[in-house]
Amino acid sequence: MKRFDTVTGIAAPLMRDNIDTDAIIAARAMEGGPRDLGAVAFTNWRFDLNWAEQPEFVLNQPRYRGATFLVAGRNFGCGSSRESAVWALAQYGIRAVIAPSFGDIFQENALQNGLLPIPLDTELVQTIAAAIERSNDAHMTVDLVRNEIRVAGLAPIPFAIAPERRRALLEDKGDFDLLVEQLPRIGEFEARDRAARPWMELNR
Amino acid sequence: MTDSLTLFDKMWDRHLVSPFGDRSLIYIDRHFLQETTCYEAFDTLRKAGIGVHAPQQTFGVIDHCVSTETGRNAHSFPPTAHWIEAMRKNCAEFGVELYDIDDARQGIVHVIGPELGIALPGTTLVCGDSHTATCGGLGAWAFGIGTSQVGQVLASQCLLLTRPRTLRATFTGRLGKGVYAKDMILGLIGKYGTAAGTGFAVEYAGPAIRSLPIEGRMTISNMSVEFGARSGFVAADDTTFAYLHGRPFVPAGAQWDLALEDWRRQVSDDGATFDRELELDCATLAPQISWGTSPQDVVGIDRAVPDPAAIDDPERRRSMEKALRYMALTPGTRIEGTPIDVAFIGSCTNGRLSDIEEAARIVRGRRVKEGVRAVVVPGSTAVKARAEALGLHDVFRDAGFEWRESGCSMCVSGNGDFVPPGKRSISSTNRNFENRQGPGSRTHIASPAMVAAAAVTGCITDVRRLEGLA
Repeated sequence: MKRFDTVTGIAAPLMRDNIDTDAIIAARAMEGGPRDLGAVAFTNWRFDLNWAEQPEFVLNQPRYRGATFLVAGRNFGCGSSRESAVWALAQYGIRAVIAPSFGDIFQENALQNGLLPIPLDTELVQTIAAAIERSNDAHMTVDLVRNEIRVAGLAPIPFAIAPERRRALLEDKGDFDLLVEQLPRIGEFEARDRAARPWMELNR
Repeated sequence: MTDSLTLFDKMWDRHLVSPFGDRSLIYIDRHFLQETTCYEAFDTLRKAGIGVHAPQQTFGVIDHCVSTETGRNAHSFPPTAHWIEAMRKNCAEFGVELYDIDDARQGIVHVIGPELGIALPGTTLVCGDSHTATCGGLGAWAFGIGTSQVGQVLASQCLLLTRPRTLRATFTGRLGKGVYAKDMILGLIGKYGTAAGTGFAVEYAGPAIRSLPIEGRMTISNMSVEFGARSGFVAADDTTFAYLHGRPFVPAGAQWDLALEDWRRQVSDDGATFDRELELDCATLAPQISWGTSPQDVVGIDRAVPDPAAIDDPERRRSMEKALRYMALTPGTRIEGTPIDVAFIGSCTNGRLSDIEEAARIVRGRRVKEGVRAVVVPGSTAVKARAEALGLHDVFRDAGFEWRESGCSMCVSGNGDFVPPGKRSISSTNRNFENRQGPGSRTHIASPAMVAAAAVTGCITDVRRLEGLA
């Protein structure tokens, strides 16, 4: 987890629908064991087969290099459950993704890592992307304290997030610790469940 | 009736440990680990100084990055040896049983879960893999999770979840000859899109589902994630119970009787209401083939490659144009007859015995077209052994197919098996994403029968025509 309150940085428009987690991090980028995944995020869009940069890809353009936010099309992060897709974005420096919708598992993985997925209406996402393209420096601010996005040339844009997920991001408290605290209660459940479903017991 | 519950409601209620703020604490009955998504989860346990909460409910397997070469070992494909060695070390250190490369129980995690009887009706099962919903074919609430949640389940056997809404997808009509479960799920995704199931737990129902054998139900549940849903399932029935009886981890004797009594209640009540209802007519369904780079980009084999110019939505039009450029296809031309370079049969979607039998039936007495690389990778070591006992390996080899060891292979292409840049494959897998089968690969997803037909003709072919059915 990484604490999130108010973050300002470059926003890169990537207005494609169905950007899948294979596109965010390809299998070939994970060979050889753990590594800096940020350097290989968007593997096959950012690099050719010989790992040379593809200049036309948005994050290789000087204006958007080192972006902090992505503004993307529908169903961002669909496909594989690989959390390495979130790690690749986070290690690249991405703190939030704004899109009309997200893949379920990606959205959960993102929240687990302090990367904020912000779902907004399609037209609003398109408006933000257009405003960034028009702006001088492609900067914007995501403010989790006030639950709003600020982009030059637009009125502040409010966004919604479940209160507990918001608090977890603000306070940097992850689910792992919450669950470990629940172990006594879980033990009681297991005892009740063993009586109700004795056939579930595995003697291995 | 106000107290009518869906199957999902019953599974949710039974596994609810307690409400937890705006989420719920949910108990996980069975947990599968695969080598590429649990490495960091074990590190989390180590740092916290705690062990695996329920090792007897936890199963490890090596499938994603293992070589499929005959005589393979952890180092057959050196770039992934690290993950395999780490998996062995972690499972040993934390007391998790591992089905290693040379174990007779090894195989793709979603193939061996049902095969060994680890997935059961009305139970919760998770794995760090999006195709975990495959086990929904047995009536289990099974879903994929990321590595953080893998660590949480290892530590507590629980997850904090937001309750999904319920969706029922009803398949009406009777499937024609040469049309399979794969075509049903591709047809559903093609009709409603890859995000239609997002936020939902999906129950597959209707006469066409009821008449499917368990392996076909697994194919449908498997692609729930391509439909946008984390989980999808078919309520258990006598077909399910007959499949499960006698498998290694299925309760036996008096426990079987108790379980059966319970499992018969793990169905949606009459009058239960769903948040969303969708339908697909199977009577008119043709074999499906993908033309683009998303699983929703499918057409019937008798149709043409769609024309983006006919689409009003500008975003959709642009993404179609991009997909067609990537796939090197021309709008308006017939998709049948498109030459292919690689034919792949395998994966958690379609690598089970019935898939291999059906492909073998089509291949028998025929030859793989010159210039085509045709490959069969059985979904598990047990599937491979059973197919070999039936002599199917000889059918494939005689025809010019490669017959390999089990694993995920060309579905995820993280083990040295891949489609070369610019080459076109027809594949019984689940994803036709850009670069999925290797950088620059062009993938058409279809049923194993359609893959077999294309392997012998050298081009995308209506399997019904080849078989004299159309």
